[in-house]
Amino acid sequence: MQNETTPVVPRTIVPVKKKKLTAARKEELTFYALISPWIIGFIFFIVGPMIASLYISFTDWDLLTSASWVGFENYIKAFTGDPLFWQALKVTMIYSIFSVPLGLIVSLGIAMLLNQAVKGMSIFRTIYYLPAVVSGVAVMVLWMYIFNPQIGLLNTILSYFGIQGPGWIFDPKWALFSIIIMSLWGAGGGIIIWLAGLNGIPNYLYEAADLDGASRIQKFRHITVPMLTPTIFFNLITGIIGALQTFGQAYVMTKGGPMNSTLFFNYYLFRKAFEEFDMGYASALAWILFIIIFIFTLLVFKSSALWVHYEGERK
Amino acid sequence: MSMNGREKITNKKRLKPAKIVWQVIVYLLLITGAIVMLIPFFWMLSTSLKESFQVFSFPPKWIPDPIKWDNYVLTFNSLPFGKWLVNTVIITASTIVGTLLSCTIVAYGFARFRARGRNVLFLVMLATMMLPSAVTMIPVFYLFKSLGWINTFYPLIVPAFFGNAFFIFLLRQFYMSIPTELEDAAKIDGLGTVGILWRIIVPLTMPALTTVAIFQFNGAWNDFMGPLLYLSKPDLYTLALGINFFKSQNDVQWNYLMAASLVTMLPSLILFFVGQKYFIEGISLSGGIKG
Repeated sequence: MQNETTPVVPRTIVPVKKKKLTAARKEELTFYALISPWIIGFIFFIVGPMIASLYISFTDWDLLTSASWVGFENYIKAFTGDPLFWQALKVTMIYSIFSVPLGLIVSLGIAMLLNQAVKGMSIFRTIYYLPAVVSGVAVMVLWMYIFNPQIGLLNTILSYFGIQGPGWIFDPKWALFSIIIMSLWGAGGGIIIWLAGLNGIPNYLYEAADLDGASRIQKFRHITVPMLTPTIFFNLITGIIGALQTFGQAYVMTKGGPMNSTLFFNYYLFRKAFEEFDMGYASALAWILFIIIFIFTLLVFKSSALWVHYEGERK
Repeated sequence: MSMNGREKITNKKRLKPAKIVWQVIVYLLLITGAIVMLIPFFWMLSTSLKESFQVFSFPPKWIPDPIKWDNYVLTFNSLPFGKWLVNTVIITASTIVGTLLSCTIVAYGFARFRARGRNVLFLVMLATMMLPSAVTMIPVFYLFKSLGWINTFYPLIVPAFFGNAFFIFLLRQFYMSIPTELEDAAKIDGLGTVGILWRIIVPLTMPALTTVAIFQFNGAWNDFMGPLLYLSKPDLYTLALGINFFKSQNDVQWNYLMAASLVTMLPSLILFFVGQKYFIEGISLSGGIKG
């Protein structure tokens, strides 16, 4: 029968296989030993807290007394009984919808300008990148001063042209727009990625287009843009994830005001958690934010098949 | 424009009028943009050197007269600024050490060792970059609170020793581009994994490690949310928290506030001027993800 022959085979192969296995096994152990810091961090700072946060979102908890289970109440409250939730969502969406594409366009424009062959480019490169180097509270404080309606830089410059500037971050109509402007000042941070993308476009494509008599605009539209789509894709994803989590501008500059016109979602969440100690509700908000970010990322990923062009990829 | 084509074939050296016009346009745009980028910095510097009453004079003076250098001394003396600076340096330096140590080791693991589940773990790690910090914020806060770490620097420093997905990714890409021959030779010479990592990989990847250190410096130096959550005693504040605190004081004294902000920005600016090429290398590496 079959059984009579099978024992023979392993007897000769097993020792060899075992030796190979131990080498592979050793490699495997080394791998896990090396990445163990990340695994530990992943468990204690990511997976564990994620599970805990999901649980907390179904409870009523003030951080001090014990949590009580409330089922979907926090989520129901957010969607049906909290106008500020919708306001926060609206503010964050408007900000993202404007600041991300505008940021992409501005930084691509700068990158294309910096990609021209003229003298002194390295100085310009440094200057354009400068605003992106500084970040955080110091920049926000600087911009509060720039936006100051009486003595700020913007209204001072406008006054030279006889224009009475608006109240910027102090005017509910202008506040969110002001923060979008501020975000564009730092858009130069993206230029290096763009420049890398631009440099990756093979020159022969432009040479061929020149021979065919293509104009600058045609070359931009039919060569530069398609070849840059992978870079656009990368910048779009990171831009969306970042914009949806805006926090500092609201906390430092406006406190979500005036009249909740800059009530960013992440700031509203922070307020619920660490000013009102409504941890259950804040956790529900965090999960809603996560799902929104996930959906947006997924949409961009799914749509990428339609508009992202990979050179060397077969269709 | 068939002109471009002809230009290349016939006369390469001489500039055609169209080309000169184009260059002028480029320069004009470049200079306008550069002014927009620089003017806020200039405004900040100018204000920081003004007499208090001059800040409110209209039309404003672009160049302060007299130039009050001692505004900087006054800012330092009127606030626990020195203390905040020291706190920020301690936290930033510790996180850089932690980040470099952990990310080097983890990235080396991902780059060089085959194991079941490696690719899945790598993808999981990349996916964590998408996770909004708000999701983990409350439980992590509770964890540190239970450990009695509120109003200590530990919550800001300790996590750095467990790696950072973005930096691990960055370093792993860098390691992958290094040929394995050197390591194979070292292995034959009897060098262990730690020895190879320390004596071969680290020296070879100094530029990448510098990039990570610079990014981590900027991240930790400017971090706001972390200190805001864990540090509530003014003595323990970082510069970011301190400036925010200073700003929310009754009367905003813009000249001192600008001086404080400028000093806070200065290390990032200096680091950028000194290490420009590391910024560029690091970012172009990270730009290489492309889907």
